[in-house]
Amino acid sequence: MSAIQIIFWFLSALAIVSALMVLISKNPVHSVLWLIMVFFAISGHYILLNAQFLAIVNLIVYAGAIMVLFLFVIMLMNLNNESEPQKNVWMRLAGAVSGGCLLMILVSLVRQAIEINNKVAEMKVGDIGLIGNLGKALFKDYLVPFEISSVLFLSAMVGAIVIGKKN
Amino acid sequence: MPIQYYIILSLALFCIGIVGVLVRRNVIIVFMCIELMLNAVNLLLVAFSKMHHGIAYLTDKTTTTGSDAQLFVFFIMVVAAAEVSVGLAIIVMMYRNTHSVDVNFLNRLKN
Repeated sequence: MSAIQIIFWFLSALAIVSALMVLISKNPVHSVLWLIMVFFAISGHYILLNAQFLAIVNLIVYAGAIMVLFLFVIMLMNLNNESEPQKNVWMRLAGAVSGGCLLMILVSLVRQAIEINNKVAEMKVGDIGLIGNLGKALFKDYLVPFEISSVLFLSAMVGAIVIGKKN
Repeated sequence: MPIQYYIILSLALFCIGIVGVLVRRNVIIVFMCIELMLNAVNLLLVAFSKMHHGIAYLTDKTTTTGSDAQLFVFFIMVVAAAEVSVGLAIIVMMYRNTHSVDVNFLNRLKN
């Protein structure tokens, strides 16, 4: 077993266990912290796939900005174990069973697909994920979507302020 | 690594997100599970981009196949950031009106 495989399995196990802990934790703050662990594991996968730009952006945008926003909102609402609303046990069981059935069907579909047999995702080689190549593509081919996304951010900012302000 | 491993990992994360949306009533946790699903899709897109780059690289050493998918992931992150800011503003607004984060309170929207 090579080092890449060991890191892959470690990061996969970390991602799945942390994602499960997001669901299981009663305290919303713990859920946020476990979700940050998931994002770190996914960033590790990006580095393993040599998508360095996305790994850094994932850390800065998701684990940095978005999760801090979540923590701020939870702090603002003063949520804790006692104020946590609970569904009854049958609803939770039904949700888990339906999600498990979906996973089972999709996995069996993937195992039957012959198109992806013997296809591999190249690890730690290939330079398309480097910031130079992505920057060239972003500012040549995707210039218009890039500018539109700035308008989207402006409208999101205005919308958040309008919704969030007191009457 | 074989692409199947990445697909199954992404499917597992996506289904965990779906189960979270179904079983939790705290609206913030539901929102976090949606973020989890977005990230599962991002991981799958990056894995597929590396797969296609590896195939195209065999014939053309200077190919940039696959950089489109990674830019797609970048734009998904952009849209997700905008979505989170508006969504959390809506949650704060709802909490201010109902003093609860229970999604079942939202069925009162109809009146």
